[in-house]
Amino acid sequence: MRWQIPLLIVLIGGVFMAVQYFVPLEFSERIYEYCVDWVIIVGVFAMGLGLWSLFRVSVGKIQTKAQGWGYNFITLGGLFGMILLGLFSGIEEGKQFMNLFWYIYTPIQSSMFALLAFYVASAAYRAFRARTLVSTILLLTAVVIMLRLIPLGPVSGLNQTVASWILTVPNMAAKRAIAMGIGLGGIATALKVVLGIERSYMGKE
Amino acid sequence: MSGDIIGIWIGAILTLGIFSFLYKDNPFYKFSEALFVGISAGYWFVVTFWQYFVPKFWDNLSLSFHELVANGRIDYHWIYLVGGFFGVLMLLRLVPKIGWLSRWSLAFIVGTTAGLQFTRYLESNGIRQVVGTIKPLVVGGNLGTSIGNIIIVVGTFTGLIYFFFSKEHKGAFGGAARVGVWFLMINFGAMFGYTVMSRMSLLIGRMDYLFSDWLKLIK
Repeated sequence: MRWQIPLLIVLIGGVFMAVQYFVPLEFSERIYEYCVDWVIIVGVFAMGLGLWSLFRVSVGKIQTKAQGWGYNFITLGGLFGMILLGLFSGIEEGKQFMNLFWYIYTPIQSSMFALLAFYVASAAYRAFRARTLVSTILLLTAVVIMLRLIPLGPVSGLNQTVASWILTVPNMAAKRAIAMGIGLGGIATALKVVLGIERSYMGKE
Repeated sequence: MSGDIIGIWIGAILTLGIFSFLYKDNPFYKFSEALFVGISAGYWFVVTFWQYFVPKFWDNLSLSFHELVANGRIDYHWIYLVGGFFGVLMLLRLVPKIGWLSRWSLAFIVGTTAGLQFTRYLESNGIRQVVGTIKPLVVGGNLGTSIGNIIIVVGTFTGLIYFFFSKEHKGAFGGAARVGVWFLMINFGAMFGYTVMSRMSLLIGRMDYLFSDWLKLIK
């Protein structure tokens, strides 16, 4: 029961989803749509589980007075504030829920990503010392691509041409090789999962 | 002070809070970070609830219920209870004695996703890439396209050789793998360039917010 039924569900679900692609009948398409909807519904329940986990971790830190425990009040306040506002007053534009999104969520998120600009710059300084052929290739490509959108006077046209050629020819070749590698790996993993060879997702007893 | 102005002030203060990490980890940054964790978790839960759970689960079951009450008919929307059933099983993870039942819903998600990805990978990452790589190596009257096509074929082939680890990278095979690395470096360089530019663009956006929307120093 504990191990066989999940393996059976994986086998049936996996084989059906793979086979339905080759059977474009209304019946199979309808079941496919149901399956996709069910996955989404389960995902929402799983999200609830995630929120419960966040709540427990935060409360646990407060109870044990772990280092920086006071910040967990802020996390819980933000969490419950958003949930209460979103569930009871709606999520339409102009509601308090969306105001919190625009004035708190968006600025912090964009600032966090923008912060990476500084760290990328310092990483680039260390990585871009052209000591070997491969690092020189990396450096030159990155420089050409970075300067692509910047006006460079008379060399702008040439830089645009070179950047466009790099993107559509050698870069495309490498992207294809990577995509094929990912594809083969994905297919192998999917087969292992469906056939029950890969079972790590079930955890341990 | 209107609501917008208060909002802009809050956004600006939180932006400075995040940027204060450039100096060092500090309470101002930690406050912004903790707030972000709570707000984002709540935001995505609520959005998922209204945009997916309500239309896909609640509305469908309400339709079925009304149909049953009004006409005494059992319609096909009840089938959405299956999703709810697996969802409830997922929550049983919180009950240690029967927590193993949550594996059923996990198995459902993993199985259907694996089956779906199998054909997707086969088509988009396999067949389409191979078809895109099979190009004429000599295009009459167009030297540039011919050279470009040869480079694409060589680059894809040698790149794949680099990812083949079942044979030691020595001799001609190792040489081909080395050429593959050069192509991969071009790809990584391009990706790095794009990443830097996108981060710079976000940074400019934040500076614009601070100096234009908040401080009104830039008109």
